[in-house]
Amino acid sequence: MSVIAAGPVIPTFGKGSSCVTGDHTFCWDWVRAHWGDTLGPALWQHVELTAIAVVIGFAIAFPLALLAHRYRRLEQPFGIFSALLYTVPSLALFQLLVPFTGLTWTTVEIALVSYTLVILFPNIVQGLESAPDDVIEAARGMGLTRLQVLTRVELPLAVPAIIGGLRIAVVSTVAIATIAAFLLPTGLGYPIFLALKEPTPFKTEIYSAGALAVALAIGCDGLLVVLRRVLVPWASKGLA
Amino acid sequence: MNAAEITFDHVTKRYAGREAAAVDDLSLEIPAGAFCILVGPSGGGKTTALKMVNRLIPFDSGDIRIDGRSIRDLPVVELRREIGYVIQQVGLFPHMTIGENIGTVPRLLGWPKARINTRCIDLLELVGLEASDMKRYPAELSGGQRQRVGLARALAADPPLLLMDEPFGALDPITRFRLQTEMSRLHREVEKTVIFVTHDIDEAIQLGTHIAILREGGVLAQYDTPDAILAHPADDFVAKFIGEDRALRRLALKKLTDVQLEQADGAQEGPRVSIETTVRNAVSLLLDTKADRLLVENDNGEVVGAFRFSDAGALL
Repeated sequence: MSVIAAGPVIPTFGKGSSCVTGDHTFCWDWVRAHWGDTLGPALWQHVELTAIAVVIGFAIAFPLALLAHRYRRLEQPFGIFSALLYTVPSLALFQLLVPFTGLTWTTVEIALVSYTLVILFPNIVQGLESAPDDVIEAARGMGLTRLQVLTRVELPLAVPAIIGGLRIAVVSTVAIATIAAFLLPTGLGYPIFLALKEPTPFKTEIYSAGALAVALAIGCDGLLVVLRRVLVPWASKGLA
Repeated sequence: MNAAEITFDHVTKRYAGREAAAVDDLSLEIPAGAFCILVGPSGGGKTTALKMVNRLIPFDSGDIRIDGRSIRDLPVVELRREIGYVIQQVGLFPHMTIGENIGTVPRLLGWPKARINTRCIDLLELVGLEASDMKRYPAELSGGQRQRVGLARALAADPPLLLMDEPFGALDPITRFRLQTEMSRLHREVEKTVIFVTHDIDEAIQLGTHIAILREGGVLAQYDTPDAILAHPADDFVAKFIGEDRALRRLALKKLTDVQLEQADGAQEGPRVSIETTVRNAVSLLLDTKADRLLVENDNGEVVGAFRFSDAGALL
């Protein structure tokens, strides 16, 4: 993991344009000059942080949700556990993990995965349970096996709720991942972190990194909306 | 004809925690090709009895046989794939097109695609829909159209038995009437055994070739043809259930073609009715017009006889 060179901000302060040295509201020239060494890599790291957290979170939440759907008794304990986890403030969760896993990428991902898990699990369970009773009865009555009811009826009908969960998980992970900079020099949080450490916080860096995080969240959300359209052609065709 | 004979042999079902049986020692012989109605007040166990046939509900004792073979001898999914099943809420798969819905059981049975497609087009026509509806989704259809698709889906693999659980109960009266009429036609066309649950005695009389009246506690009160039940209700419960106008209901089952008409002696003046009219409607017309007889005409408008009030009485 390449750590962003500790320096890009402080030295540039002195030798930048008048906009930069005067710390005006927003300096496009700084953004252009530091896309390559600061913003671009930070954005890419942020995408990585988010993608890994969501993928692992989904990979854990999905089988757990299937289990909870199959054995209803498990749903409540799982639900309570994840609700409790969600109440722990993210910064605190990062700090709680440090004694065990250190100031590492693992610590960051464990925390981020926990949050995606907490969001994805109930959404997937709810999606699996969204198939109307009459649809399930018809399916069983026609001779679908339990597995066929799951794969051909319950799962397809759960797709809208699953994508809904993914949207919330992705957007909140993009936001929470900025806090990872408290532990590791990584992600869009790190330029913000450094800019805040200046004697006077460097506005352009804060705004540009912040704007990239927002753009990333909106972009991912948009992709999921498109995915929903593609996967769920039936939902948009209701009688108005 | 691809129809099955169904036997209920002393079948009893009790739900856990309830004292009264849901179905109590039920025995019925349903001949192949019959349209058998299970009717009765709620708590009569009619839906329970129906769902025992495709083993959605297990029974405690007795046996149910299809063409002499116990339903417990077949793996449950195989049994169900050979029985069409239609429910009140239809239960179409919202994420599948109409074509995919109808093709569900054929796909499970591994039919080739082309055959499923042809079958689907035939069925849509049979239930009064267009082949072009295949690509639509259930949400785009009206309630009546959805139940037509439900029926087509149940018929897809040409099962010898059709189970229908209050299929028209959720429809508006006009749509219901239309579907009842078409169901009668369909039953004549496809020649399958149908077991049909309703709480509506009118529907039972209109559609059934056989009616089983169940009373609370799942006890069979009477099992016979509609005409025989209306003529000779087994007890007060049945008499009350079928209504005090049972004589008129019987007349509704008969047409003027069933009446020994009198000679009209060349008369042309007076109210006329078609020979396809029900006797009940003819009686109503007599009362309405205050005439002492109706001239009965055939399809070509020729008077073939006369109908008097006393002719109706002679039928009962």
